[in-house]
Amino acid sequence: MTPSPANPQVLETMSALFVSLPHCATLGFQYLGTEGRRPVLKVEWREDLVGNPASGTIHGGVITSLVDTTSAVSVTACLPDFETIATLDLRIDYLKAAMPGKAIYCRAECYRLASQIAFTRAVCYHDDPADPIAHGVATFMRESSRASMLQEAKP
Amino acid sequence: MSDFMEKLAQLRDAKDFTALIDSIPYARLMGVEMLEDESGELLFQLPFAERNVGNTALPALHGGLIGGFLENAALLHLIWHRESLEAPKIVDFSLDYLRSGRPQTLFARCEITKQGKRVAHVLIEAWQEDRRKPVAVARAHFLLTQ
Repeated sequence: MTPSPANPQVLETMSALFVSLPHCATLGFQYLGTEGRRPVLKVEWREDLVGNPASGTIHGGVITSLVDTTSAVSVTACLPDFETIATLDLRIDYLKAAMPGKAIYCRAECYRLASQIAFTRAVCYHDDPADPIAHGVATFMRESSRASMLQEAKP
Repeated sequence: MSDFMEKLAQLRDAKDFTALIDSIPYARLMGVEMLEDESGELLFQLPFAERNVGNTALPALHGGLIGGFLENAALLHLIWHRESLEAPKIVDFSLDYLRSGRPQTLFARCEITKQGKRVAHVLIEAWQEDRRKPVAVARAHFLLTQ
């Protein structure tokens, strides 16, 4: 059974907000949608995102941003109401080199929403989530700030 | 050894920090700067730029960007201090966020904790105004053999 988002409006608003944040917009992140509570984001290969010009491989830092952002969206799929969250820690395992010229997708899930902390895991891949490029685990602080992240996104 | 690593080694020997950063597209996009301080230690800095923001309400630097900056610093630090011209490959990267990154210059320093035959371990620390108040600390493992 796939549970649906805890509050579809929170997910819709926050996913739109997160991919529109300046750094995510700079990297060209796209929100492709959420299956159950597992959102998928995409970043196209681009020359200015490369980390190793000899191979044309995307910089690991881009993958870090993609995992961070997709994981944050997965937390919002579990939140009952709007709140500000902040990454507490993040670990990325680079399982194999990304292929030059190919878009990278990231799928994340929040597998435990505790009262103060949210725990997430994510995979990055080209074609098949079962054949991942990178695996990421993160934790997020809930209610990290009284300043709402929504000041711009609220309709 | 690739032509790219050979070029990096030449830039390293010439201490041409700007050209070194410019040769890595994403480091250039972030706006990374690299220099040697009075004691000859490598220092990385990231002047504030709007495109690096991840929270417009606070505002704060994007956490992923901070990660990318630190990961890039660790890689360059390692290349800088190695004899070999094989490109180190990152195996894993672990990052703890301690404070939000304010709209100011972010600094980073690295330390090679261990450099073995196959694997290197690098510690990275990032701060802004006060080095005693780190914004993030991270560690990375790199594979040194192909």
